[in-house]
Amino acid sequence: MSVVESDNYEPERRARRLAGPLFGAACLLATLTGVVVLSVVLGAVAAAALGHGSQHPWYAIGPNAWKLGRFLVSLTQKFSEDAGFRAGVYGSLWLLALTVLFAVPTGVGAAVFLEEFTPPGRLRRAIQMNIANLAGVPSIVYGILGLALFVRAFGFESFALGRSLWAGALTLALLVLPVIVLATQEALRSVPSSLRHAALALGASRWETVRDHVLPMAVPGILTGTILAVSRAIGETAPVLMVGAAGSIDWIPNGPGDRYTALPVEIYNYAKEPGVEFQSVAAGGILLLLVILLTMNSIAIVIRNKYRVPTR
Amino acid sequence: MNLPVPSGSVERPRWPAPSRFRRYQGPVMLSLLAICALVTVLTTIGIVAVLGLETIHFFRESHVSLPAFVFGTEVDPPKFGIFPLIWGTVMVAAGASLIALPIGLLSALYLSEYAPRRVRAVLKPALELLAGIPTIVYGFLALVLVTPLLKACFEPLGLKVDSYNALSACVVVGVMIIPMVSSLSEDVLSAVPRSLREAAYGLGATKFEVSTRIVLPAGLSGVAASFILAISRAVGETMAVVLAAGRMPNVTANPLRSVETMTAYIVAITGGDASYGTPKYLSLFAVGMTLFVMTLGLNILSGLILRRFREVYN
Repeated sequence: MSVVESDNYEPERRARRLAGPLFGAACLLATLTGVVVLSVVLGAVAAAALGHGSQHPWYAIGPNAWKLGRFLVSLTQKFSEDAGFRAGVYGSLWLLALTVLFAVPTGVGAAVFLEEFTPPGRLRRAIQMNIANLAGVPSIVYGILGLALFVRAFGFESFALGRSLWAGALTLALLVLPVIVLATQEALRSVPSSLRHAALALGASRWETVRDHVLPMAVPGILTGTILAVSRAIGETAPVLMVGAAGSIDWIPNGPGDRYTALPVEIYNYAKEPGVEFQSVAAGGILLLLVILLTMNSIAIVIRNKYRVPTR
Repeated sequence: MNLPVPSGSVERPRWPAPSRFRRYQGPVMLSLLAICALVTVLTTIGIVAVLGLETIHFFRESHVSLPAFVFGTEVDPPKFGIFPLIWGTVMVAAGASLIALPIGLLSALYLSEYAPRRVRAVLKPALELLAGIPTIVYGFLALVLVTPLLKACFEPLGLKVDSYNALSACVVVGVMIIPMVSSLSEDVLSAVPRSLREAAYGLGATKFEVSTRIVLPAGLSGVAASFILAISRAVGETMAVVLAAGRMPNVTANPLRSVETMTAYIVAITGGDASYGTPKYLSLFAVGMTLFVMTLGLNILSGLILRRFREVYN
């Protein structure tokens, strides 16, 4: 019986020993790019918004923090000295409310219909595929749809909504609908079926089972998905730009039939102007937008982590 | 034996008869829910109808033939060649993929294979926050941060950098789709059964070997599908590209020049002075149709890959 030399047990031992940690380090670095980018984004925007040009170093944020309040309060004006985003903030809040009003009931309803009332089969597969594809349609295509369907109503003047908040909100609602449906389905699926069986066995109808037992259990999941979806809608620029949020409006909409402007659209209008002053105003708007969105997203993540159903 | 024999008439408990409200609530709600589901179907029909009808309208008004539309190299009316726009779109998407796909895949591997649980608990929400940053912010960053950096890098070398250029668009769009690649891929990689990993470890494989030769091949179809979805997202990206790449429909391989993408063209037409019904205005629908077909094709391809090549473990 020959003795195998010990080296043959581990061929290329050194290479293997080396490759592992190197690869691990590369993976860690790749993951950290995300975190780095996040901090660069926040830092650069804060510096551009609150820093004072070349007179102060980028970290001189403190003395200029009052500017943030000005951005919130002041109405849009082309003069950058006194420019602000009040009209845009109001417009975006209107859009947010109306979008939630249209999209959430419809999205949750569609998801409940698919998950709880449609037997698995061809119909369900077809609708499911349709929703998955809708979720991948670029947002600007929804803008085109909204332009033709809501703003102009194919040229039927009496049905056209014009460049009103209605048209903007309906467009955004269609945009987030598939995302809300997918999130709600996910939440409904995580409700254990024993719950349904118990309710049905006690004589509840299928609708009563859904209304009284399944939906309440799924609320945290639905809430998380909805907040994430709606916060995406509020950050969208392209579709709102397409359906006619005007750039330079310096009044606040009184009702959903009014013309409006949205925060991202105002940011775009400032950002595309040449000149450092305009860019610092744009950065101020972005700061406002990021504060709103990151708050919404953090709330969603907290809700999810708090109510996460333990996996068995 | 003396069992109590039930007498003829047993008093059965009386349940209240279901009220009319209760009887009708179910069916009424069911039809309302069905209408909700119908809305999603109608949205698809609406998109296809709007784009299709207005595209036909465009071809009728502008007297441009389909080949001239697709291969024409002059964007301005009355030629309406879309080729430079497709070129710009593909260039930005390709550059963005070069950045996002490797980084996204590596970070997915890190999150699913390497990261300790506590690190993961911090990094995953951070990546989600990154995914929640609106695209206009990335466009702004391209303008005030990336392009000046590129100028500082390349102009000493004697290369001219346009103030709107394709490379900065590639960088910001690439960074933007990293979270998408990493979170979709990570889902797939985490779903690879543990037994496969443990078998490999049992045979003496290192972590590197398990990651690259066991987990990655097992999740390959899902990773490929996530890549394609990310590319589709880059193709449809609008605001970052509008602010970064500019509005010059050049057909060039030089990433430091300005290019125009399909999405940028659509935004420019809506913001411009072309009035409704003119061929120039209608061309936005034709470009939108092209964009829709491209992204839909990519999305369907991604779904096919996922279904056709999925490894099923029991």
